[in-house]
Amino acid sequence: MADSTYGNLIKNGLWGNNQALVALLGLCPLLAVTNTAINGLGLGIATLLVLTLSNITVSLIRNVVPEEVRLPIFVLVIASFVTAVELSMNAYFYELYKVLGIFIPLIVTNCAIIGRAEAFASKNNVLRSTVDALAMGVGFTLVLATLGAIREIIGMGTLFSQAHLMFGDAARGFTITLGDDFQGMLLAILPPGAFIGLGLLIALKNILDQRATRAKIATARSGVDASGAQPSSVG
Amino acid sequence: MIKHPIVKAGLLLAAFAVLGTGLVAFTHQTTAERIAANERNALLRMLHAIVPAETIDNDIVNDMTVVSDPEHLGQAETEVYLGRKDGQPVAAVFTPVVPDGYSGPIKLLVAVRTDGVLGGVRVVAHKETPGLGDKVEVEKSDWIFSFNGKSIGQPKLADWKVRRDGGVFDQFTGATVTPRSIVKAVKNTLLYYRQHGEPLFKTPQEAAPAESPAHG
Repeated sequence: MADSTYGNLIKNGLWGNNQALVALLGLCPLLAVTNTAINGLGLGIATLLVLTLSNITVSLIRNVVPEEVRLPIFVLVIASFVTAVELSMNAYFYELYKVLGIFIPLIVTNCAIIGRAEAFASKNNVLRSTVDALAMGVGFTLVLATLGAIREIIGMGTLFSQAHLMFGDAARGFTITLGDDFQGMLLAILPPGAFIGLGLLIALKNILDQRATRAKIATARSGVDASGAQPSSVG
Repeated sequence: MIKHPIVKAGLLLAAFAVLGTGLVAFTHQTTAERIAANERNALLRMLHAIVPAETIDNDIVNDMTVVSDPEHLGQAETEVYLGRKDGQPVAAVFTPVVPDGYSGPIKLLVAVRTDGVLGGVRVVAHKETPGLGDKVEVEKSDWIFSFNGKSIGQPKLADWKVRRDGGVFDQFTGATVTPRSIVKAVKNTLLYYRQHGEPLFKTPQEAAPAESPAHG
């Protein structure tokens, strides 16, 4: 593909083919743990780590693995990394591990990871697969953290509460409280809040994309010829 | 021999299974000790919150006995951590389960001092509604502290209820079931302690001489 330069890989991961907002993959953890910004960030980083490790490994073994058994092997690779990451989190981020609970082992079932292994890493070299994994992982993490932040602000009136779970005791002061008597809108931290929040984020992304496309068409029209208008990310 | 592609594929799959298991085994090996220490420290911190560290001098995490009274303590086997100072009993920390929470069982730590007074109560694990029932968490509200210093008789047994049921304990707006079930479970734990409390401390530590060699 001509347009898959590193810049494009990064742009796709963060925006154009964002795993959460466009591909709509990994929604189970996305919806379940994003009741605070820190929880979202924690699970996002764990996912990013697994995605990077699995993309690198899958890319390394892509020429050795026969077609018929590639999926079971990818699953094995991913499951091993997830378990290793789970154990490490239990050892080094015990409190955060407690909060995220079952959703760390469930990273195995995040379709975004097997999706990138199958669709990208099994066909590209190690460097490109790493860049792809980092971009996709950061894109996913940003959505998790943003959705977490929105739900936390609306639902509890705080931001970055429990930051010490991730950054140690020094981060206890990170918590921002918005108004002392704001009790929060319960709906936002309940499961429906996750769906509504995600829906709004997707809508926002689509609005921004449409604006960009329209602006592009407008410039193309006013320019000499209109060949450059690529409706690549009308989502 | 290895001509058929499926044989090769099978062997390769097996090799990856071995590698994957190896990675997990290695990680487990390197983190197991730290994880055990984490769990122990977390438990110790919880215990110290309701049985202050300066009031006891024994290794409370390991000075543990198991009792069985599903009717009062909610499950077939309940661990009881025993706090002592100079060999004298100070407090027993029960780990009862509240069977009738709003959404599933609630795990508690209940510290009962030897005079039958509550040292404190903490919720260890629950699935109550965020924003409503989860005010039983110490991070979310002060409600759980309302048990401090209470005992059977103070208030009297009939008043061990939430206010809506005519008792002395607050419920939360929009969530009565959770506090009601916890108040009942704490009351049952106190009743259990009143009947069976003292013998709990007569565990091996007292039966055997206090000196225990390094292998402990």
